[in-house]
Amino acid sequence: MRYYIERRRGVAAYQQIVEQTKRAVRAGALKPGDRLPTAREVAETCAVNPNTTLKAYRELDRDGVVELRQGVGTFIAAAAADRSHAPAAESPLYAELAEWTGRALAAGLLEEDVRDLVELALQERQQTAAGTARSSTDKRNGGRG
Amino acid sequence: MSGSTGEAAERTALEVRGLGRQYGRRWVLRDATFRLPAGRVCGLVGPNGAGKTTMLEIVAGLREASAGEARVFGEPAGGAQARQRVAFLPQEKPLFARFTVAETLRLGHELNPRWDQELAEGFVRAGSVPLDAKVGRLSGGQRTRVALAVALGKRPDLVLLDEPLADLDPLVRRQTVAALLGEVAERGITVLLSSHLVAELDTLCDYLLLVAEGGLQLAGDVDEIISVHRTLTAPTDRIPTGPDGLPAGLEHHTVVEIHGDQRYTTALVRPGGPVGGVWEDSAPTLEEVVLAYLAQNGSAPLISPNSYVPGVGSEVVK
Repeated sequence: MRYYIERRRGVAAYQQIVEQTKRAVRAGALKPGDRLPTAREVAETCAVNPNTTLKAYRELDRDGVVELRQGVGTFIAAAAADRSHAPAAESPLYAELAEWTGRALAAGLLEEDVRDLVELALQERQQTAAGTARSSTDKRNGGRG
Repeated sequence: MSGSTGEAAERTALEVRGLGRQYGRRWVLRDATFRLPAGRVCGLVGPNGAGKTTMLEIVAGLREASAGEARVFGEPAGGAQARQRVAFLPQEKPLFARFTVAETLRLGHELNPRWDQELAEGFVRAGSVPLDAKVGRLSGGQRTRVALAVALGKRPDLVLLDEPLADLDPLVRRQTVAALLGEVAERGITVLLSSHLVAELDTLCDYLLLVAEGGLQLAGDVDEIISVHRTLTAPTDRIPTGPDGLPAGLEHHTVVEIHGDQRYTTALVRPGGPVGGVWEDSAPTLEEVVLAYLAQNGSAPLISPNSYVPGVGSEVVK
């Protein structure tokens, strides 16, 4: 596992470590029992403050993604396997996304634009879902009355 | 996130009460009061002349305070016990140009009873600095590494660095920071470093002190400082004017700084209620917070709970 911490993103460095770890677990790149780099290793490879790394690991521990073993290291928890979507990387959905990403970049979009588009699509989905949920609640309430 | 019992019990590396220094009639540092928990990497920022170097020198015991006091791990700064635990690296690296790197480390050995030759030599070697090279022939980055090795070789508990990164190119800066942070992880030392490189502080520091003309303006945990601020933006022509003649919608907030042009107005605030109306809000970066406090006139200092010294007053954030 190697973290890539971006500055000036408006996302705290510890959150970036949390997100990247979770993403690696979801993608199956990190498996239960895998050891995360020590705070010293992250400091020396990414120039990130060790307290930042430890804060991220504590949060991952609270979320059940990792286990902090005192004096031994930080390991991906067994329960984290449930969160893994390893097959996703081999699914046709991923192939479609990879192909679409290629087209987007070829059309001159920047990486940032691609991420924005995915975010936007997800947000619209959430709003649609929220809207459907609300209208069905309304219907139920209406039925009762 | 913070303020847990574990953090409340953190040891104090440095406690400063009412600290000030006068040069002639001019005060460069005035009534500074804060504590720095042990094991932190603390950035010290502020405009030139605000007293950053003076503060470091007082803590190192190289300069007398005109008012107040500084304590290092509970001992008065400048006393024999405090000085043993502190290493200070001034901006002009105190190295002899005609010494070789090895001779420089040897001098460190002779002068410091707690000297760790393995650490110092390892730190120099990791930067590919030849031990037999004359210091005067080294590049800026190599000199900084040797000077840092001498500082760390003293096995200090508190390291004070005055603009350690100023004259380094970005790559060497990153390597130097990485090496320093590696030592922080390994030994749990506390670092207080002054810097103008505000944009680079967010991954380097977890603690921040900001001094300006009016004295200490910000002190506390970086994540905590960011979390109590919001950046509000609105199209300038859509902002109604409030009863007091100021832009409406900001009445409930502490406005640290506000600026704008004909198109957009941006305010950095400490929210005192819900944000609404025409204002769009977002989380600020550390750089935005620092720049806002540097631009303001000293009207809204913020001392966070874990840097608060009991009994010495300033506004405390709950």
